[in-house]
Amino acid sequence: MNEIGLTHILVISTALFFIGVYGFLTRRNMITMLMAIELILNSVNINFVAFNKFLYFDKLDGQFFTIFIIAIAAAEAAVAIAIIINLYRNYKSIDVEDADLMKF
Amino acid sequence: MSASTVIFYILAAVILGGGLLAVTARKIFRAAVFLLFSLIGIAGLYFYLNYEFLGAVQIVVYVGGIVVLIIFSIFLTAESGSDMKKPALAKVIFSGLSAAFGCALTLWLIKGQTFLPTLDPAVAPSIKNIGLQMLSTTQHGYILPFEVVSILLLSAMIGCIVIAIKVKK
Repeated sequence: MNEIGLTHILVISTALFFIGVYGFLTRRNMITMLMAIELILNSVNINFVAFNKFLYFDKLDGQFFTIFIIAIAAAEAAVAIAIIINLYRNYKSIDVEDADLMKF
Repeated sequence: MSASTVIFYILAAVILGGGLLAVTARKIFRAAVFLLFSLIGIAGLYFYLNYEFLGAVQIVVYVGGIVVLIIFSIFLTAESGSDMKKPALAKVIFSGLSAAFGCALTLWLIKGQTFLPTLDPAVAPSIKNIGLQMLSTTQHGYILPFEVVSILLLSAMIGCIVIAIKVKK
């Protein structure tokens, strides 16, 4: 078995990204869809870190991008959960199929 | 097979297994706990790559913040004990196929790619270097995104309060 390199980590992040895509497409519950989005964002973070570590170790930009993505993901999760709680008050359900007020 | 390789494969199994169970578990609370395992595995991967600061941030923000928030919202909205509805079989098949094809295409592209590392000397990813560059106002400094993201966090906080507040009728 050879040394762990960039390709190994890219394979992990690719697999995690498409696991997130699968979850986003199959789930109908808003909180679980949010979890799938968190998985996708994390796979992007792994990519940034891996490229910084193995290709551009003379810079720190990959780490900064990861830090800012984590901050924005936290803000996004908080807003999404506020919206979900508000939706639950109005519809008594967090299923995406039930929120059809704006459906044409 | 060295110990480092074994640790890497254990981390990979935790990340991918946790992620896979998080998107397929039938009970929503279990899905949140599996997501927790996956995120802890990712923090372990950052520690494995010697990025201690990022690993600490990942644990503090994701494990200590986002997953706890998700679990709170599960208790506020869903029936955490009961099973969720099974997705339709056709939807599972087509979503799985599209994810598998996308994954195969990306892996094929990665396999054909040759990556050339830079020849410049490495910079230590220490907390001192990160802090100095993040708050520097010179070229390659990140002070402007830092301030913008602080405004974003403030507006997200106010927005959450406004959206989730109970209006008296």
